[in-house]
Amino acid sequence: MACAVPAGHVLPAPRARDAFGWPRSPRHPAVRGGLLERMTPDQALAAGMAAAQAGDAEAYRCLLRDCLPVIAGMARAQGVRPEAVDDVVQDVLLTIHRARATYDPARPFLPWLRAITQRRAIDRMRRAGRRPREVHDPIAYEAEVDRGPAPEHGLEARDRQRSLARAVAALPEGQRQAVEHLALQERSLDETAALTGRSKGALKVNLHRALKALRRTLGPGSTDQDAAGGPRTDERGHHDA
Amino acid sequence: MAPGRTSEDTTMPDAPRTPAQDRLVDTLAGGLRPVRRLPAPSLRALAWCAAALGLGLALMPFADLEALRARMAVADLRYAALGAVLTAVAAVVAAFQTSVPGRSSAWALLPLAPVALWIGASGAGCLRDWVVPGADSADMHQTGGCVAFLLTVSIPLSLVLVWMLRRACPLRPNLTAALAGLSAAAAAAALLVPFHPHDATATDLALHALVVGLVIAGNSLAGGRLLGRG
Repeated sequence: MACAVPAGHVLPAPRARDAFGWPRSPRHPAVRGGLLERMTPDQALAAGMAAAQAGDAEAYRCLLRDCLPVIAGMARAQGVRPEAVDDVVQDVLLTIHRARATYDPARPFLPWLRAITQRRAIDRMRRAGRRPREVHDPIAYEAEVDRGPAPEHGLEARDRQRSLARAVAALPEGQRQAVEHLALQERSLDETAALTGRSKGALKVNLHRALKALRRTLGPGSTDQDAAGGPRTDERGHHDA
Repeated sequence: MAPGRTSEDTTMPDAPRTPAQDRLVDTLAGGLRPVRRLPAPSLRALAWCAAALGLGLALMPFADLEALRARMAVADLRYAALGAVLTAVAAVVAAFQTSVPGRSSAWALLPLAPVALWIGASGAGCLRDWVVPGADSADMHQTGGCVAFLLTVSIPLSLVLVWMLRRACPLRPNLTAALAGLSAAAAAAALLVPFHPHDATATDLALHALVVGLVIAGNSLAGGRLLGRG
């Protein structure tokens, strides 16, 4: 038997996915035996580790692969930066290998794994914190490019969205529908025609007029009041086609 | 959320594995050897206690048992000895517990009460020496002998303990090593009782505390590195 199975488990209906809801590898020895299907997630992992302690390399390989996304998730939850998650995962794998004799299959597996992951994540973050940075070098500090979004980026984006929403809402009905369906929701002309009951030609004309009106409203020199509304015709008095 | 998935499992099921992870998994699985499961931490702690007890019994023929019996009739000396024994046991249990991943680090608090008893009773003995005239106090030569005894016994006990702890995987090596140091120092202090032919004085107590502190610090520095390296 590849994966040792503790006796007396309650057997739910067989699942096509593994303990965590991920598609299970058909090569998993316990899958071939249909054993893990009947276990809780923790029992499945505990059984895998018990088999690994006995020297079952295939069960160990499957266990480690099953653990990879769990470890990555735990590391992220611990606050590890995305670019460092891979390093933490590898540290944890090495620690699991070193500590495998300490695991007691009578105890749940995930707290054991979580303790290792949390510790390795903290170790990695501490090491990253201790690494000398260029902030001590004034020139390097000045020259450092911050690749992240600027602090006001979110506010600007929100303002732009709000202005656009107001401007679209102020358009005549036909033009508004054309913008919403064709431009914002990226529907095809056929779909939009079916949804709105307008001809494709009318939709094209409405979209053209709407874009012109929006360009005027949101372009340079426009004010928020322009976007907010006014009569539902543009400056040239264009109504819906 | 899939059954059994915890709130921490934020990675999507189909999150790509990196080639480095795959290589490492294959390497680890390829070189897998069967391992013998470690006994429960309390059992391993018991084994170390048995070794320390064996050392004590081996030293017993050199002790003045009559004088020991007389000293144990004094309450503070008796409680100080009991505190040292309990500290050694509690600290070694805590050290073995914290050496196993997944065990609570609250185990480190276990020796607090015995340490309080040990320090309190030793302090009471010291106070008695001030209050009661003519108490049997140690001279510098005797105190030097006590320090040498404490260090000589603490070092091998610490080495054995670190060797045993290295078989586990302490995730907080410094904490585990400090507990090991406390345990070894307390055991040495307990083993010193039959060979300590005088009451505790302030100097004596301070020297003992210094030696215990040195043993703990030495374990934390050297033991922490040894345990962390694994």
